[in-house]
Amino acid sequence: MTDSDIFNQPYDILIAGGGNAALCAAITAARAGASVLVVEAAPKAMRGGNSRHTRNMRVAHDAGNDILTGPYPVDEYWDDLLRVTGGQTDEQLARLTLDRSKELWDWHQQQGVRFQPSLSGTLSLGRTNAFFLGGGKALLNALYLTAAALGVQVIYEAKVTDLNITEGVFHSAQVQKEGEVFPITAASFVAAAGGFEANIEWLSEYWGEAAQNFLIRGTPYNRGEVLRLLLNKQVQAIGDPKQCHAVAIDGRAPKFDGGIVTRLDCVPFGIVVNKHAERFYDEGEDFWPKRYAIWGRLVAMQPEQVAYAIIDARSVDLFMPSVYPPEQANTIEELAKKFTLDPQRLRTTVEAFNAACRPGTFDHTVHDECHTEGATPPKSHWARPIITPPFYGYPLRPGITFTYLGVKIDAEARIIMHDNKPSPNMFAAGEIMAGNVLGKGYLAGIGMTIGSIFGRIAGQGAAQAKHRPE
Amino acid sequence: MPKKPMKLDTSIHAEANRQMTICNACRYCEGLCAVFPAMTRRRTFSDGDLEYLANLCHSCGACYYACQYVPPHEFAVNVPQIFAQLRSESYYRSAWPRTFAPLFQRNGLIIALAATVAIALFIGGFVAMHDPDALFAVHTGPGAFYRLMPHETMVALFGGVFLFAVVAIVISVRTFWRTSGGGTIGLSDLLIAGQATATLRYLDGQRGGCMNEDEQPTDRRRFYHHCTFYGFLLCFASTSLATVLHNLLGWHAPYAWYNPVVLLGVLGGSGLLIGPAGLLRAKQRRDPQVVSSDTRGMEVAFLAMLLLTSASGLLLLVLRATPAMGILLALHLGIVFALFLTFPYGKFVHGFYRYAALIRFARESKLPVAGTAD
Ligand SMILES: Cc1cc2nc3c(=O)[nH]c(=O)nc-3n(C[C@H](O)[C@H](O)[C@H](O)COP(=O)(O)OP(=O)(O)OC[C@H]3O[C@@H](n4cnc5c(N)ncnc54)[C@H](O)[C@@H]3O)c2cc1C
Ligand code: SF4
Ligand code: SF4
Repeated sequence: MTDSDIFNQPYDILIAGGGNAALCAAITAARAGASVLVVEAAPKAMRGGNSRHTRNMRVAHDAGNDILTGPYPVDEYWDDLLRVTGGQTDEQLARLTLDRSKELWDWHQQQGVRFQPSLSGTLSLGRTNAFFLGGGKALLNALYLTAAALGVQVIYEAKVTDLNITEGVFHSAQVQKEGEVFPITAASFVAAAGGFEANIEWLSEYWGEAAQNFLIRGTPYNRGEVLRLLLNKQVQAIGDPKQCHAVAIDGRAPKFDGGIVTRLDCVPFGIVVNKHAERFYDEGEDFWPKRYAIWGRLVAMQPEQVAYAIIDARSVDLFMPSVYPPEQANTIEELAKKFTLDPQRLRTTVEAFNAACRPGTFDHTVHDECHTEGATPPKSHWARPIITPPFYGYPLRPGITFTYLGVKIDAEARIIMHDNKPSPNMFAAGEIMAGNVLGKGYLAGIGMTIGSIFGRIAGQGAAQAKHRPE
Repeated sequence: MPKKPMKLDTSIHAEANRQMTICNACRYCEGLCAVFPAMTRRRTFSDGDLEYLANLCHSCGACYYACQYVPPHEFAVNVPQIFAQLRSESYYRSAWPRTFAPLFQRNGLIIALAATVAIALFIGGFVAMHDPDALFAVHTGPGAFYRLMPHETMVALFGGVFLFAVVAIVISVRTFWRTSGGGTIGLSDLLIAGQATATLRYLDGQRGGCMNEDEQPTDRRRFYHHCTFYGFLLCFASTSLATVLHNLLGWHAPYAWYNPVVLLGVLGGSGLLIGPAGLLRAKQRRDPQVVSSDTRGMEVAFLAMLLLTSASGLLLLVLRATPAMGILLALHLGIVFALFLTFPYGKFVHGFYRYAALIRFARESKLPVAGTAD
């Protein structure tokens, strides 16, 4: 079939996006008997948005199994969510997500997705998170194969550029492919086109100039076009537009799509300085996975959005191997020059830190007693003088994972309009509505859970909506 | 076709090193096969480490389709392809005698030449030993084959070439073992590795591996590989049994159809028909992205030779009481001779290198993982 053949057919459901949420919706709708068209902005090789970069999904379960090392009751999940969001969550939608997350493991397996047996290297999340065998792209391949077998049509390098909506009812969409614009009418619409994190101009509205220095960890295709269209058409927004999930990643990472490998785990083992060679935050506040997410924001607030992690030879092998080799030097001054930092100031900062380190037994697996006294900011744990050459350094930049601003939905994944009424035939799933559940903060693996749960609900609802009288 | 210069191509090691560094920071594929857990036991990769990892790879393709960094992504990761290149490098680097190492590069051609020459020599030899008529005469009953070629000559020829192949392969694999990192081997390592080899544990469609033409997993390559491997072993068992019968009991070939020698041979021969044919077909349909065009000749030639061996052997069985027997025997013996002769310099060796790599994997599985993944 040619593109125009595909476009010229009538569909029950049009789905914008080609990530996990979109595919969960497409499969569910197709299983319910609906005809489905998925339009994905990326080419086939890059399909699947940020879902392509994921590794695991947080699911509640009452007992350990060969995938998950122990039980993770809904209540504990709920506590974890409350802690990271500080209560900024829609309790009804959040509870629904956590309760139904129990189904996901089976459901995804039925769609051909495979999970990885728990492995030693992944202990810290081995109990709470189910790991996709081969990662998110393998998961997507399985979902795409299943969708194709169910007759779902997918078209790549095609993006939704306009929506025809009147009084909360979706009528048609404009889809652009290779410069040509095709009108698509469908009985219902599912928005699963991700956030706007790859849209630097949009980020600049909240972050100003700083956004120019952000690196985007995921797909360059999540530019938020669908979100913008909806918000411009009487759809209620949710989530703090200024909030985004940002981590400190290797400053040498690609502008877009660097994915997981650009992460750096070295921060707790040394000091982090800004371009003035000054420390600005407690590097040893907590274990790295817990503190990982705050550093993106911290670096984003430093001049020119850059920082440098400095460690010595004793620490260089203690964390996950990095994709780019560290800069290396035999003296602190020499290292400073490699980063165009003022050598004298870096030396002063390092010496002040070294002098503040209290002797103690170093143990990076517990909150050890190695801390500083008299240093500002302090370092609470794992503080050891940086004295053993060679010295190593990594440049850091804010790496944006995703944005929080989204569309408001109800428990049936229906998009809520300005008049507080749900649209009868517009649904949203995934990152584009994650802000309903995740008002703030982040819980590793919950992004895929939210997308999967609401993808399935949206697919179900969209399949039913076509039978409903308008 | 222009060939690469016949020396160690260090750029392959550099590229494999680059890719493994990316994988080691990612580790998403750690559940797919042995390569990735083996990788996580180190932070940096020597040339030997890389060759070890390359030989752990079954080229199942799973990590290629699972990888978010395959081209056109700028990281351009393609593990099965770079490992295919590196494997042939490792065969080349370890080959014994050194002077024969370049044979790997022209393996397809060499096999064809060797087979042609060997067949011609066998036919010529038969004729020279007897009058040409004997070649086309009907010979039946025990010892029929030896009327064309005396048993002692056959033993000397095939025993000789077989011994050479064994010695060459043993020395090569030992060199590989040492240069790639080596170390002492425990009995349990041998057993664990043996089991993984015998079951093709890491070419496992059940767990999501083994892709061929696209991202759809299938278990076909494993099935055909099993046919080939066990077919070969059965044929080998048949020949060994025949040797025992001949020398200890004085029973001379050809044997009746119900003799275990024939039964094993037919069973093995069938496996060696189905297996290589299936693998050749799978190879033809394979996604060109995951293979290395440099090693294709070697792989196709080896499969073709196995196919010819079994086809000529089975034909010989069917037509052994007809005047075609003489020519078929010469053909079959010629092919087998060439196959044995070229064993150490072609795809045949992959099994030994992989077994060695799996032994090391079993041994290293007690070592800690470098860094902790999240
Ligand atoms: C490096 C990285 C690692 C992560 N790891 C994890 C993890 O391990 N576990 C976890 O739960 N979460 C993880 N996340 C978060 C997770 O990726 C998201 O929560 C999840 O992918 C959201 O799914 P989605 O389907 O809504 O969006 P996406 O998967 O991003 O899909 C959005 C799709 O919409 C398409 N699109 C955009 N605009 C248009 C348009 N106008 N028309 C048509 N299509 C359009 C895009 O091309 C894309 O395919 C990670 C994120 C990153 C960046
Ligand atoms: S092949 Fe790709 S996905 Fe797999 S470990 Fe390597 S980089 Fe990661
Ligand atoms: S191709 Fe298969 S066997 Fe080879 S490294 Fe990748 S997953 Fe492992």
